[in-house]
Amino acid sequence: MSFPWAKHYEPKFALTKWVDERLPLPRLVYNAVGAGYPVPRNLNYFWNFGVLAGAALAAQIVTGIVLAMHYAANGGVAFDSVEHIMRDVNAGWFMRYAHANGASMFFIVVYIHIFRGLYYGSYKAPREMVWLLGVVIFLLMMATAFMGYVLPWGQMSFWGAQVITGFFSAIPIVGDTIRVWLLGGYAPDDAALNRFFSLHYLLPFVIAGVIVLHIWALHIPGSNNPTGVDVKGEQDTVPFHPYYTAKDGFGLGIFLLIFAFMIFFQPNYLGHPDNYIPANPLATPAHIVPEWYFWPFYAILRSFTSDFILPAKLWGVLAMFGSIVLLFFLPWLDSSPVRSTNYRPVYRTFFWVLVADVLVLGWCGGSPADPLYIVLAQICAAYYFAHFLVILPIVSRMERPRPLPNSITEAVLAKKGGTSPSETAVSGSPLAAE
Amino acid sequence: MATVDNAVPPGEDPAPFHEAVDDPRRRDFINIAAVAWAGVGGAIVVLPLINQMSPSADVLALSTTEVDLSKIEAGQGVVTSFRKQPLFVRHLTPKEIAEADAVPLGELRDPETLEQRTKPGKTNWLITLGVCTHLGCIPLGIHEGENRGQFGGYFCPCHGSQYDTAARIRKGPAPKNLAVPPYTFSSDTTVTVG
Amino acid sequence: MIRWISAVIGAGIVAVLGWSLLWTIVGVAGDSSAKTWTGAPASAEHYVHAQRPLLNAELPSEGLFGKYDLRQLQRGFQVYKEVCAACHSIRLVAFRDLKQLGYDDGQVKAIAQGWQIEQPSVNPDTGEVATRKNLPSDHFPLVFANDVAARAANNNAVPPDLSLMTKARHEGPDYVYSLVGHGYVNQPADLLAKFPDAKTPKGLHYNQYFANLNIAMPPPLTQDGQVQYLDGTKPTVDQMAKDVAAFLTWTAEPNLDTRHGAGFAVLGFLLVFCFLAYGAYQNVWRNMKH
Repeated sequence: MSFPWAKHYEPKFALTKWVDERLPLPRLVYNAVGAGYPVPRNLNYFWNFGVLAGAALAAQIVTGIVLAMHYAANGGVAFDSVEHIMRDVNAGWFMRYAHANGASMFFIVVYIHIFRGLYYGSYKAPREMVWLLGVVIFLLMMATAFMGYVLPWGQMSFWGAQVITGFFSAIPIVGDTIRVWLLGGYAPDDAALNRFFSLHYLLPFVIAGVIVLHIWALHIPGSNNPTGVDVKGEQDTVPFHPYYTAKDGFGLGIFLLIFAFMIFFQPNYLGHPDNYIPANPLATPAHIVPEWYFWPFYAILRSFTSDFILPAKLWGVLAMFGSIVLLFFLPWLDSSPVRSTNYRPVYRTFFWVLVADVLVLGWCGGSPADPLYIVLAQICAAYYFAHFLVILPIVSRMERPRPLPNSITEAVLAKKGGTSPSETAVSGSPLAAE
Repeated sequence: MATVDNAVPPGEDPAPFHEAVDDPRRRDFINIAAVAWAGVGGAIVVLPLINQMSPSADVLALSTTEVDLSKIEAGQGVVTSFRKQPLFVRHLTPKEIAEADAVPLGELRDPETLEQRTKPGKTNWLITLGVCTHLGCIPLGIHEGENRGQFGGYFCPCHGSQYDTAARIRKGPAPKNLAVPPYTFSSDTTVTVG
Repeated sequence: MIRWISAVIGAGIVAVLGWSLLWTIVGVAGDSSAKTWTGAPASAEHYVHAQRPLLNAELPSEGLFGKYDLRQLQRGFQVYKEVCAACHSIRLVAFRDLKQLGYDDGQVKAIAQGWQIEQPSVNPDTGEVATRKNLPSDHFPLVFANDVAARAANNNAVPPDLSLMTKARHEGPDYVYSLVGHGYVNQPADLLAKFPDAKTPKGLHYNQYFANLNIAMPPPLTQDGQVQYLDGTKPTVDQMAKDVAAFLTWTAEPNLDTRHGAGFAVLGFLLVFCFLAYGAYQNVWRNMKH
């Protein structure tokens, strides 16, 4: 695995040696996130977000397990049990606000992580499998987040469940049967709430499992870097520990600072007031919106307003799922051998248009379904699909990339202005962090 | 990107002797401080996660229990509940009181007199939790016709603990007498427990 | 091959979206009556709400340094008790919670004992449905046993539970303050001139801050001095509305003071950590260009 100059785990004590011979778990950790993993020396702060996503998942699992000790998944008492957590359980308000805002933090971090993968071409050979597993994680996250949002059993919970399961009724012939099967009834009720709770508890552990595969697949070729140029030799890399553990520690501090600010000072900013009204199957809120992290996809769903051979509703559902499914094909749609968008002048323009496009889609998805937003969303949705399915394949064939640096070290030194040959001798710098 | 060349000005050779000039202990202090600070933070975060399992405010505020004694004849007892636990209220007969008083304290595993376990002038009202001090089963004997064991008080069917007429442990594995909860007589015939 | 397939699919989706776009534009262009581009059918409530944004209740609990004023919460509780409680419950709040407002155990017990509506219970002798006096450990009782009873007693409207009201509305504290303190006015003539259908139906009351302008609740605070404050504060309608908004902010978020206090401690701790971690990061990388 990885590079020949990677450091080898050498147990220092008799006990660690004894353990290593029987269960080489410390060795595994050492090679995965310790000094045994050589990483390009030029990673920027965007590379912090993988570790931050892991931290966000860990925070969600811990707070979630704790909340499950007090929550009751029954339509009659679910809402009150959440309020019981907020009012009577020791530090319950902290854990619930941490869990609710933690979901948003998780998505922010993962969206930046995806942005980094897209911009620096981390999805390209030889890291396709890393990307594919990442898209699987993203899908699992969306399912988990949706089911978690149903659990407090407020108005948005109930009507969110109603609308999202309504997607499946778009499927011809069997759609309604599938929807009733998913809900265990004709409308969301105890049966749906219980199965959502069960799956909401299960899926994070599935995500954790897929993350292990994600990291495993990453460690075969090693990490990408901002130049996109392959590692040429030992001078291009530094050991993960202490170099990137130190940098990730700082990144984690900033992440927690923002997270804590949300929990303690703006805990309901990203929530919706209607979810503080108990679920009422007989009254729909005036303005149903999903959580912010679903807005771009919700906008795509709503963009299909006219039947065209197939019913508009089915088009909407297909396109919404398609907008994520197409990411599975991305490594093969982009045939350019150059990874980093920094060296792709034409694609770079289109890429930033895509970023703006998704932001506008998100804005439309969070706004009422008024003509202005619908028209905007329709234009932006069209660009989203055109970008990935038409523009990207063409540009990646036609474009002439800018010259790449010969190596990571050369790029670093060119940027820093120092060209001393001794710079290349980075091995064995004894930078103790112990 | 942050520049980190604070130790080495641009273009200058970062020769190894730079390291020798630095005091290594002072250099690494910041690393140790950061890790230690994070450790303290981690430990603090664990506290609410543990404390959340303690009884919540509503459980701690659980209401008091009122018992009406007027309908309990001597020799009878009733079971009600206090903090979700069974509460035994027993009206002792003079014979039972005499039996309890006759036992020398030295013979008892958990020495207490009947007077200490009841209110002054109300020694005929024995109010205890119906929770065996061994492993928490409900002893028999509060209802008429149940097995009261050889000491005429309570008998726990789980592991054979036997209590006397003052609900003191006399035989079997239980270590303590049946617990007496805090209570007051709000009138001659009403008791407020808790 | 994959590129050809993707191009065809991509072009297809764009075509379907174009078709939808075409009909959206045709629809808006052809319907000159109500719809506008900025959305929202022009309606009486949009007209009024645009002119009358919510008033600021200026509660001391607002903002990063927000903290409840206990005297104000007690006054607000008094307004709730004497005015609102006849129709509106606060079922998620327990009498024991009132200790947070500065009442002692005896006062809480007295408030619970004297509460107008009793707690549902069971007659210990007959097993029949009965009621008993409230205890500090009880939650505030419901005013109406169920929605049907509430409707029957209130001209077919259900008075909502107020426990979470200030979190269940946008800018909740300001909303409550504006609605009960300054919402009930005569329907403006220019509104009726513009929207003749907007006339408030019989049995409802015009309120310029209510979502659809016509609220079933009669004006709760009608005159200054409706409540006699014990702390000497002048009980104007504006003051009573502010105080009850403050009280309902507390019922919805009783832990706000703790949360803000803990928040500053946590942010301070993390700030120090960020400095230390940045120092450690710079220290580890000091001889490595990157």
